[in-house]
Amino acid sequence: MMRFDLTRVPIVRAIFVARGPQLALQLGAMSGLILVLVAGLLGTPVGSRNPATVLVWIAWWAALIIVAVPFFGRLWCSVCPLPLPGEWLQRGAMLRPRDTGRGLGLRWPRRLRSMWLQNGAFVLVALFSLPVLTQPRLTALLLAGLVLLSIAISMIFERRSFCRYLCPVGGFIALYSQAAPLELRVRDAQVCAGHTTKTCYTGSATGFGCPWMAFPAGLTSNVACGVCLECLRTCPLDNVAINLRPMGADLLDSSRIRLDEAFKSLLLLGSALVYVFVLQGPSSTLRSSAAAVGTAAWLAYVAAFFLIIAVVLPALFLLAITVGRPGTPGWLSPSQGFRRFAPSLVPLGLAAWAAFSVGFLLTNASYILPALSDPLGLGWNLLGSSGMPWAPIGGSLGAWPLVVILLIGLAWSSRRVRAVAEELGGGVRAAIPVWAFSLLVTSVMIWVFVA
Amino acid sequence: MGLTTQFSKARVPVLFVLAGLALFLPWRTPVIAPVERTVRVVARDFAFTPGTLTVNPGDRVTIELASGDFVHGLHVEGYDVNLTAEPGQPASATFIADRPGTFRIRCSVPCGPLHPFMAGRLRVGPPVAFWRALLLAVLAILVGGLALRHSSRAKTADQGFP
Repeated sequence: MMRFDLTRVPIVRAIFVARGPQLALQLGAMSGLILVLVAGLLGTPVGSRNPATVLVWIAWWAALIIVAVPFFGRLWCSVCPLPLPGEWLQRGAMLRPRDTGRGLGLRWPRRLRSMWLQNGAFVLVALFSLPVLTQPRLTALLLAGLVLLSIAISMIFERRSFCRYLCPVGGFIALYSQAAPLELRVRDAQVCAGHTTKTCYTGSATGFGCPWMAFPAGLTSNVACGVCLECLRTCPLDNVAINLRPMGADLLDSSRIRLDEAFKSLLLLGSALVYVFVLQGPSSTLRSSAAAVGTAAWLAYVAAFFLIIAVVLPALFLLAITVGRPGTPGWLSPSQGFRRFAPSLVPLGLAAWAAFSVGFLLTNASYILPALSDPLGLGWNLLGSSGMPWAPIGGSLGAWPLVVILLIGLAWSSRRVRAVAEELGGGVRAAIPVWAFSLLVTSVMIWVFVA
Repeated sequence: MGLTTQFSKARVPVLFVLAGLALFLPWRTPVIAPVERTVRVVARDFAFTPGTLTVNPGDRVTIELASGDFVHGLHVEGYDVNLTAEPGQPASATFIADRPGTFRIRCSVPCGPLHPFMAGRLRVGPPVAFWRALLLAVLAILVGGLALRHSSRAKTADQGFP
């Protein structure tokens, strides 16, 4: 498979290795986080006028889903401000390694080394998402809570345990970053095998040991790598590459997928389905229920949410795999089939989230400049755009841009389903029921968008 | 030569022809004489009631917007319709529903926490766009799924998304 190592270009390598550019981006992101926290806690409670909600849920979220994750993989994780205070405290340094580290440095419990906690954290945030999306104070409190949690985790456990095992957005980015045309890998695993000190993992004077607790030579997907670039700095053998590659290269090998990761594919696809239906669908009663936290209506929403993402969709998916079973003795068990076929849903899930986010962005983008112009709701007009009226973008196109995004994801997923079915010896017969499952999910979203 | 291999060879022109058919093939819909319609829409609790306005192509539609709590707006995407109503002060606008399809109605005045999600629909004619999109979805599956060469080459042929 064709790959182009960006670090072969001297200036690109210099930018990646130098800490200045990354730190500048981190500090920029940190400034944004501080603005969001201050505005969320002290600014106007009107969500569409407050940078906390507007910057985070309209600008950042859309940029993350539509651009950053599909095209740059986990690059956001390398500049994300949420874990930085904890990481700086843990290291006792912002740039180069010093002997001033703090914290207990415990290893993350073996039993919890999976995506299950991240799955749970994502669902937890999702259940409260409508109030959080619309109320600046709750957005600020959520982000502040995540910062404090990451500090606490950094003081107790080693490295970026928070990012790797707990961050609700981290798991989301991890799964869909497999579709990206960018990866960090070693050039030659044999070189790593002969390198006894493994400075990429242990650290050296030039950089920290992998904060994500990954051994670069063992990377087979983007899931475990936060692209923090430390291994690029610590490898004395110049054996680390940042490759451009065909999109979705990680998805070609589904044999390595664990159940937690496979389940996440369905969890996130199901969440996108629920979000599209609740937030952009026809029922205002559903939206009110999702917003009325603590009421009986909200509990019913929670039950329905769980039913769809944990029971209905997985059951339908399993059914599709079982129906496609060719009846040969070598065919997989339902659990194995689930794991092998679930990564095929990654493109469809990513497309569903992208379509949802594009729709939300097109409708609400015109809130961004007014909110920045008067970030605290004090009547300022810093950018001269405070009085800018709300104006949806692309209304005359209807929902077709969203449908096109969905169809790209569906075609891509269908290709992966067929490839897995062929690998397993099931052929088109094994693929057809999974295609039907994908079509069903896509149809519901299309119905919400255009019907 | 199997069906899938043949499809692989001819997939680009076949794709265009089928997509064109799905998008532009005339859809037989009942012809209904245009009428004048007046619809009263109440905006309250971050919802429009009724949530879906159904009219026929060519109808002369008057929307009367009444607010039941705060100041609300009503914007019909795809049509140049913008209304703002305060409690006790309804507003109205008239337009010809000359574009078939389903169009989102949104509140155009920040009215509270759920304002970004305060939406309804204007449906002009039957939901043809849905069926066209569904045909395209089936086509997408065929393109993605059947484009892959036969089994023995599946693993090597699939080099990511084209």
